[in-house]
Amino acid sequence: MMGERLVVIGAGMASGRVLEHLVEAAPDAFDITLFNAEPRGNYNRIMLSPVLSGEKAYAEIVTHDADWYARHGIATRFGEHVTRIDRARRVVATSRGETPYDRLLIATGSAPFIIPVPGRELRGVVTYRDLDDTEAMIAAAKPGAKAVVIGGGLLGLEAAAGLALRGMEVTVIHLMGHLMERQLDPAAGYLLQKALEARGIRIHCKGATKAILGHDRAEAVLLEDGTTYGADLVVMAVGIRPETRLATDAGLDVGRGITVSDAMVTSDPAILAVGECVEHERQLFGLVAPLYDQAKVAAATLLGQEAAFRPVQTATKLKVTGCDLFSAGDFAEGEGREDIAFRDPARGIYKRLVIKDDRLIGAVMYGDTADGTWFFGLIKDATDIAPMRDTLIFGPAHQGGATPDPMAAVAALPPEAEICGCNGVCKGRIVEAVQGGAVTLDSVRAQTKASSSCGTCTGLVEKVMAVTLGDAFAAPAKQTMCKCTDLGHEDVRRLIKARALKSIPAVMQELGWKTPGGCHSCRPALNYYLLADWPLEYRDDRQSRFVNERNHANIQKDGTYSVVPRMWGGVTTPAELRAIADAADKYGVPMVKVTGGQRIDLLGVKKEDLPAMWADLNAAGMVSGHAYSKGLRTVKTCVGSEFCRFGTQDSTGLGIRLEKLLWGSWTPHKVKLGVSGCPRNCAEATVKDVGIVCVDSGYQISVAGAAGMEVKETEFLAATPSEDEACEITAAFIQLYREQAKYLDRPYKWVAKVGLDWVKAQVVEDRANRAALFARFEISQSVYRKDPWAEHAKPEERRLWSAMADLSLEAAE
Amino acid sequence: MNWIDIGALEDIPAQGARVIKTAKGCVAVFRTAGDEVFALDDRCPHRGGPLSEGIVHGAQVTCPLHNWVFDLATGQAQGADEGQVATYPVRVQGGRIMLDAARLQRRSAA
Repeated sequence: MMGERLVVIGAGMASGRVLEHLVEAAPDAFDITLFNAEPRGNYNRIMLSPVLSGEKAYAEIVTHDADWYARHGIATRFGEHVTRIDRARRVVATSRGETPYDRLLIATGSAPFIIPVPGRELRGVVTYRDLDDTEAMIAAAKPGAKAVVIGGGLLGLEAAAGLALRGMEVTVIHLMGHLMERQLDPAAGYLLQKALEARGIRIHCKGATKAILGHDRAEAVLLEDGTTYGADLVVMAVGIRPETRLATDAGLDVGRGITVSDAMVTSDPAILAVGECVEHERQLFGLVAPLYDQAKVAAATLLGQEAAFRPVQTATKLKVTGCDLFSAGDFAEGEGREDIAFRDPARGIYKRLVIKDDRLIGAVMYGDTADGTWFFGLIKDATDIAPMRDTLIFGPAHQGGATPDPMAAVAALPPEAEICGCNGVCKGRIVEAVQGGAVTLDSVRAQTKASSSCGTCTGLVEKVMAVTLGDAFAAPAKQTMCKCTDLGHEDVRRLIKARALKSIPAVMQELGWKTPGGCHSCRPALNYYLLADWPLEYRDDRQSRFVNERNHANIQKDGTYSVVPRMWGGVTTPAELRAIADAADKYGVPMVKVTGGQRIDLLGVKKEDLPAMWADLNAAGMVSGHAYSKGLRTVKTCVGSEFCRFGTQDSTGLGIRLEKLLWGSWTPHKVKLGVSGCPRNCAEATVKDVGIVCVDSGYQISVAGAAGMEVKETEFLAATPSEDEACEITAAFIQLYREQAKYLDRPYKWVAKVGLDWVKAQVVEDRANRAALFARFEISQSVYRKDPWAEHAKPEERRLWSAMADLSLEAAE
Repeated sequence: MNWIDIGALEDIPAQGARVIKTAKGCVAVFRTAGDEVFALDDRCPHRGGPLSEGIVHGAQVTCPLHNWVFDLATGQAQGADEGQVATYPVRVQGGRIMLDAARLQRRSAA
């Protein structure tokens, strides 16, 4: 039986949640078609600020990928604007035609409000609403360039902080007397302003924008009081209005938003609406928690179940790293209201509670927001606070004579206390999940959705886990290297250098290893750290190597090995191919396969045949491809300007040059490079550890990509007109990674930990440091830039690769 | 007991292993950092991984395929994993490694 046809307009956080509920509860109930004006599916919009600041990548905030839609049979029409709803014929129209529906869900969200000042249409004036806006801002965010953010609310301040982190000179213009006046009182607004000013952001309150000045693009912002601020970029973040045009044109009841009933149904029973575009009992909604509640109700209504949306109070947190801020409820002064305030100017802490009739009705906190959830619970439940009034401001730890243990506040929370505001997850649900076996943050996230949206409650979730698990809880921050030591990787690396430890036994002795010979986890790590830190003094310990690196081939599940000769830049010759074919024949190779790294894999080779096979390949001029190593793997290239009509530079030549520079080097984890000859990027350089894209003006180097369990685009490191400089920057980046990263962290993980800006400062901006890194890399390469196959293929070495004795005849007697 | 000389201690790297071929599969002969020698079936009971290619630490070895850890003296899997590998009497005499062929024979006959 065919399902009912459900058409959804808009792929936002609310409609995404509706789809999740539907496919979970009744996967076959609807044939779903999803339209989105943006050319992409659903992502976590409230995480755009970390993307803007560079703390997260777009890929990390995608909530539903193409695979998810495909798996659930949802037809996606991304980048296609719905232009009209014909309610009489029950079809929606786009420029490409009509789509019929039985039920329609409108989730068109909101549009940014543009203040009607002269110059608003100039280039360089953007709003802050979706990924395109965010990317436009990132593109404009050149270090030292000037940005003016109009609007000192939540969104404007997150934009300002993100642009400042990207090195821009930022000014915030705010119409009201203090920042975030809807969430903060003047005192907290002042503390926030001070904190932002300390980060170099200029704040101009009581500033009314008169005009944006400039010829063909924005150059400055003029205020009513005559002040002007230079601006290469102007961000308008003054507010949003529900996007209701489609609904209005279709004749649905629309007030400020699309009017919906408790069941989220519009004035047309076949049409539902959710999200920022709706108005429910004259109220609009902008925060994510009520939108998720609406989504739950809308899904139930679609499935023919009774459900009613009841808006609840919401709390606000600012997602600016380092600014701890919380507000909930109503905190305006008024008749019959009392204040309790606490200030600690030295630590920059401010807390204020507003009480009416022995009930807490509002809370504002700055600097220390740990008790926010507890206060929010008191507001929602209208708890009688008279008995604890004197100590209320000090939080739950000081109630009922409990000791001021940092965990006590969390332990004291009742099971129904809300921990994750975005997803409406209470403490009891998390405790239940933990007791059911979810002992890691990831598994708690997967099972409860707690801390999976904006992430500000992560610390709180961890505390709940710690309280529930007791000693069994392993806080992720204090990870030790392995069970052999209490030290973490970073400590061990530091101590190896500081105390000049130059052998594995020296490390184990001096740092108090608890096991006699370490284990399979710490020994390879120590071996790597020692050879990276003391390239000339330390001798590689083969017995501390994982089998693949010890045997210079990849072990397969049946104990045979795979052999991959190096093909510099993916280029080979007929003679090499003949030698490979001969070796495959001679040693009975069961499978010959072309790899993703542009070379040839000979699979199923017996261990005792390896040295002879290597000798044959050596004789044809080939060396190890290190396809088995935590080291330089391949440099993938396209044909570039030598043959390609689009190529801008000799990408193949550069790839070969880089591979010859880098080969043989050991790194904390494998390293793959790509060099593309033009931005068409045929070498897929932008998902490599280091990717170089050639352009007319030279070379764009980006780093920290991934295309494995995680897929991540590279981030821009540097551009240079010179091939020599491109090579130097690449080698310096790899040397920095070799010296700093934790063993088994790919570059993208390491860069996320240390920050791209720091990496840039080390290898791009500080030229002397770059040269020193390059020199240290060359010292190491003087030892390791050699073919391990040739060494082990020597006649006197070969016997070590076969059995020590053959007793098969004796045993058979 | 039927001791057979299978080679010199020096033929095995410290913290390493070599194998001996028999009609019923390979036996791994391990040498620890302290020059103790152990002989075990070269086959992990989990997925048949070659234990001789594992990292040797103390008197234990970690299977290279899925990191199961075995005590070299008893052949017993360590930690949460359950399983045992057959062990064989072995001793070092004057720098030569001697293996009990009688035990090997019984294994082949079984």
